[in-house]
Amino acid sequence: MKALSINNLRKVYKNGLEALKGINLDVEEGDFFALLGPNGAGKSTTIGIISSLVTKTSGKVTVFGHDLDRESDAVKRSIGLVPQEVNFNQFEKAHQIVTNQAGYYGIPRKQAIKRADECLEVLGLGDKRNESARQLSGGMKRRLMIARALAHAPRLLILDEPTAGVDIEIRRSMWEYLRQLNRDGTTIILTTHYLEEAENLCRNIAIIDHGEIVENNAMGNLLGKLDVTSFILELRKPLERLPKLTGYRLTRIDDRTWSVDVPVELGIHGLFDVLTLQGIEVTSLRNASNRLEQFFMNLVEAGRGERPSV
Amino acid sequence: MKRLIAFQTILYKEIHRFVRIWPQTLLPSAVTTSLYFLIFGKLIGGRIGEMHGIQYMDYIVPGIILMSVITNAYGNVVASFYSSKFQRNIEEMLIAPVPGWMMLAGYVGGGVARGLAVGGVVMGIAAIFTSLKVEHPAVVVVVFLLTSILFSLAGFLNALFANSFDDISIIPNFVLTPLVYLGGVFYSIDLLPEPWKTISLGNPILYMISAFRYGFLGVTDVGIDRALLIITGFILVLLGWSLWLLKRGTGLKN
Repeated sequence: MKALSINNLRKVYKNGLEALKGINLDVEEGDFFALLGPNGAGKSTTIGIISSLVTKTSGKVTVFGHDLDRESDAVKRSIGLVPQEVNFNQFEKAHQIVTNQAGYYGIPRKQAIKRADECLEVLGLGDKRNESARQLSGGMKRRLMIARALAHAPRLLILDEPTAGVDIEIRRSMWEYLRQLNRDGTTIILTTHYLEEAENLCRNIAIIDHGEIVENNAMGNLLGKLDVTSFILELRKPLERLPKLTGYRLTRIDDRTWSVDVPVELGIHGLFDVLTLQGIEVTSLRNASNRLEQFFMNLVEAGRGERPSV
Repeated sequence: MKRLIAFQTILYKEIHRFVRIWPQTLLPSAVTTSLYFLIFGKLIGGRIGEMHGIQYMDYIVPGIILMSVITNAYGNVVASFYSSKFQRNIEEMLIAPVPGWMMLAGYVGGGVARGLAVGGVVMGIAAIFTSLKVEHPAVVVVVFLLTSILFSLAGFLNALFANSFDDISIIPNFVLTPLVYLGGVFYSIDLLPEPWKTISLGNPILYMISAFRYGFLGVTDVGIDRALLIITGFILVLLGWSLWLLKRGTGLKN
C-alpha cells in the first residue's frame, strides 16, 4: 500500500510564485524516504500541503488511500509532523504540549497524559516533563517536537529538518530512535540539509528543485549514478610537486594534504597502485564530501546551468 | 466524541492559560474596579445622589461588572489566539482533525470563562462596597453569556486579521474603550441633551449595559427585548463572518 501518493500537485502563491509545478510522488508504506532540495525548491510547500497547512492550487494527495480533499480527518489522523522551526507555546510545560496535542486528536485526557509520558520518556525527556518549553536546550526542543508528533501514534511521520542545530551525539541518538520507529512500522519522510543523514537513514529519495521532482530513485541506484568521487588523502611525507596520475585530478590543499577526484571506471585501487609505484605513502583517506552530497550538488548546479548533469 | 475531546482540550488549555498568568489577567480588573468604586462611588458618588431613584454607587455596579466582562472576554481571545498565530503553535490544531468551528468554540469558551472569572471577582468587590442585589437573575445570566460570546468573537476576528501586536491593541484602545465608557457605565443617557442622547442609541454597548443593569436593578434606558435582539444579531453576524474566514483559511493558511 502507498503511504503517500501525490499526483500533478501544483501550488501558485498569491504573489504569483509557482512553488510546485505539477509534481508526482509515491512513498510506499514502511519506507524511510528522503525529500531533498535546495532552499526554496518546494519541499516545505509540499509538506505544508500534505499536512493541511497550505492550500493546494490543484492536484491530488492521498495518504494511506484517503483523499485529502474528501477525507481530510482520516488523512490528518495518519500523519505526525515535526516542523522545521520550533512552534510550540514556549510558556507551556513539556508534558502539557504533548498531552494537548493528543487531545486535539480526540484521545481522552487520562490516556493522553499516559501517552505523553511514554513519548517523553522514549525521547529522553522524562525528567523534563514539568519544565517550561523555553527552559529546554535546542536539542531537547527538537526531541519535544518529535514526542508531540508521535502523541497520536501516526502511521506516517514527516520530519522537516529534525536535526538542524542539534549536536552530533544527540543527532546520532535521534537517528537510532527514528530507525527503530521505522523498523516498528512507521513510514518516515525526512527532509534535511545534512545529506549524510539522508544517506545513512533513507532507502528511497526524491530531489525537488524549482518546484519539480528532478530525481526519484532508490538511494543505491542514485549513488550508483555518480561518475566521480572525491577523496582527501593525508600523506606521510610532504610533497611539494604534483605527481603524475593519469585519469585522476589532484588538487593540493597543503604539503601533506591532497584532494583527488577518482573516476568510477578507474577506481581507488588504481590510484593506490600508481601512488605506491611513485613511493608516495598515504596515512589516511576520507571522502571529501559524502556521496549523496556530491550527487546533490551536481544536480542542483546542473539546474542552475553551472555544470553538466551527472 | 473525539471532537468533544478536542473542544475540551482547547477550552482546558485556554482556562489554564489565564489562570497561570492570573496577575496579568484577573488581578488588574480587581484593582481597577476597586478604584472605580472608591472614587466614583464613595468619594464623588455621594455628591451625585440618585439616578433612576437608585443610589449612584449601586447604579454603576452592573456597568462596571459588564465593562470588565467585555474587555476581558475580548482581551483573552485576541491575545491568546494572536500569540498562537505568532508562535505558530496554532499549527498544532491546524494539522489535527480539529474543524474551524471547533477551534472557534474553544477560544470563545475561553473568553467566556475569563469573563465569568473576572465578572465574579468584580462582583465580589462590589459586594464589599455596595448592597448588591439581583432583581432578574435570568436576565443577568443571559446578558452576561451573550455579551461575553459577542466580544470573544470580536477578539477572535481581530486576532485572525492581525499581523502584528500593534494590530491587536488598536481596536481595544481606540474603539472598544470609548464605546464602553460612552455606553452608560457611569450615567443614564436620560441625562444627555439632544443630539447626544440619540447618537448614544447607535452605540451597541449601551444596550448590553442597560439590559445588564435591568437584571440587577430593574431599571433600564432601553427596552430589554430590543437589547437582546441587537446583541443576538451582532453575535450571528460575527459568528457567520468568523466561520466563513476560517473555512477560507484567512490569516491561518497560505
